[in-house]
Amino acid sequence: MEHYLELAIKSVFVENMALALFLGMCSFLACSRRVETALGLGVAVLFVQALTLPLNNLLLRYLLAEGALAWLHESLAWVDLTFLTFIVFISTIAATVQVVEMALDRYFPALYTSLGVFLPLIAVNCAILGGSLLMAERDYNFPESVVYGIGTGFGFLLAIVAMAAVRERLAYSNPPAGLRGLGLTFIVVGLMSIGFMMFSGMQF
Amino acid sequence: MALLDKPRRAALLDPLLRNNPIALQMLGICSALAVTTRLDKALVMSLSLTLVAAFSSLAVSLLRRHTPSSVRIIVQLAIISSLVIVVDQVLKAYLYEISLELSVFVGLIITNCIVLGRTEGFAMQNPPLTSFIDGIGNGLGYSLVLATVGFIREFVGTGAVFGRQVLPLAGEGGWYQPNSMFLLAPAAFFIIAVMIWLLRTARPEQQERE
Amino acid sequence: MKTDSPAYTLAFTAAVCVACSLLVAGSNVLLRERQEENRRLYLQKNVLQASGLVAPGRTIPDREAREIFSQRVEPRLVDLRSGEYVRGMDPRRFDQRRARGDPAQSREAAPNPASVRRIPNVALVYLVTGEAGARQVVIPVEGLGLYGTLYGYLALERDTTTIRGLSFYENRETPGLGGEVDNPKWKALWDGRRAYDENWKPRITLVKGQAGPPQRDPYRVDAIAGATMTSNGVSRLLQFWLDEQGFGPYLRRLRERGGP
Repeated sequence: MEHYLELAIKSVFVENMALALFLGMCSFLACSRRVETALGLGVAVLFVQALTLPLNNLLLRYLLAEGALAWLHESLAWVDLTFLTFIVFISTIAATVQVVEMALDRYFPALYTSLGVFLPLIAVNCAILGGSLLMAERDYNFPESVVYGIGTGFGFLLAIVAMAAVRERLAYSNPPAGLRGLGLTFIVVGLMSIGFMMFSGMQF
Repeated sequence: MALLDKPRRAALLDPLLRNNPIALQMLGICSALAVTTRLDKALVMSLSLTLVAAFSSLAVSLLRRHTPSSVRIIVQLAIISSLVIVVDQVLKAYLYEISLELSVFVGLIITNCIVLGRTEGFAMQNPPLTSFIDGIGNGLGYSLVLATVGFIREFVGTGAVFGRQVLPLAGEGGWYQPNSMFLLAPAAFFIIAVMIWLLRTARPEQQERE
Repeated sequence: MKTDSPAYTLAFTAAVCVACSLLVAGSNVLLRERQEENRRLYLQKNVLQASGLVAPGRTIPDREAREIFSQRVEPRLVDLRSGEYVRGMDPRRFDQRRARGDPAQSREAAPNPASVRRIPNVALVYLVTGEAGARQVVIPVEGLGLYGTLYGYLALERDTTTIRGLSFYENRETPGLGGEVDNPKWKALWDGRRAYDENWKPRITLVKGQAGPPQRDPYRVDAIAGATMTSNGVSRLLQFWLDEQGFGPYLRRLRERGGP
């Protein structure tokens, strides 16, 4: 139990996808102008991450890893399909995003419209693929993948909403013309990530 | 058409300063932060990305009139992923120790917004050779930023360039006290922010409206 | 066929899949042997660096590394619980990481500060013959750093307590901070330290601030500036593998026999 709590806290704060590992930066910077859009994207990322990470874990264990196919037939234990990891992961992510898109369109049309183009953009969010790749590298089991998926998704949500909150205020400031917008945003992200570094000192 | 006629020249040179993928298009940032701690890593990453961008743009452009609209993103992703896997395999076979350090980020070229951004935004509407050159151009623009950030971070962070000690370290009898903060990722953000500032001050058309 | 008809779409995507699969599978099959050879060589170089046969930080041509390794290094398999050598298994074919993941070939570790979760029943060690016949034993060590598991080799001299070197071949730490475990200058600090104290309890540890030279300060090594978590991880993993759950029993057996 402790172990999962530790993993959850680590994935939300210590190893925050956006501010500690710097994954998903493109959409992080593009969609953080207003809190509403940031919230929409964050929730979408959380959803996709929470679904795809455990799914990818299962695929890795029972299809791709060396010896994984042994459950199908003993003679297949030599098969090692790990070189297909990237393609399989990204396919599940793209497929999940497509399904989520269709489900939202059917059952929550208002939300679907407000998310607009950001929903399909999640398919290429480095944080999602990066999360799955990290899970693969660290050899998590299924329960850990579930916790890690929800945790990292939530961490991203937290980070992007915080960023949007800051940027909304910054819109009223008066920086030099060259720094306005993207330049200032980069500086703010840098400062926020330094702030998040304090979490790396947490010991369990 | 000449090999480098106007549109092709534009495709090659625009992404360097006029339409830089990182500084203006806001693409490809994730990898710019982690792999720029040392100049050699930054350059290998840049080269890999340029190759993938060029060849995927080429492939997507060749197929553009035949690709059904409903599956075009997935097809682009499939082509890009395959090329990235091949690049990864080649690195592991010929530059093993460097491939270890680039590990998870080589895979992230698949989702690197530059590659998909250009295949979707340019290659789908343009002829093959021009698209190929556009891929190279954006790769070069990306490399420019990465090389600059990588150089600054390695130089200020360790006093070395390409692993060779240029500034004698204080810990070994010299005078240079390395600024380790530059080895942390936020430093890359600050460096890129300054680069954007300088670029946009020199080219006011890139500045954002109030 | 119209470009947007379902039949065409299906046929097109199938064709793209086949083409991509050929490309990917082809490159993997063609390059796999080279990659595995690269990995083997890389691990061998690390064993050589840990034992000092190759100075840390010095790069030597692959052929030379292979020669030195085949002439002077002997891989052996050890049963961790009994500390005895295992016969009847080929050390060259043994993959310790895979064994660690296989429930039939490993066991769960008792809770420990190094966060080691599983211990393989059999481990791969290297017996090294240095200059003038000096013998060393190189043991694999691993444990949690800050961002991931550190994997390395620890080289011990005949007395099984004097350290010749420590070389990490895999780490996920921040370059320039925890990643400094790869820095030859830090690696050089290990030569001559002592792993165990007089009662054969693991004593080697990393400390903040400066430790003295090995003669005066045999049990302590400078921690890496700015990398507290990584340094703690290194201390813990070393102490784990030197202790009873790790290579303690094996090293004890070696001492009874008078050395490797």
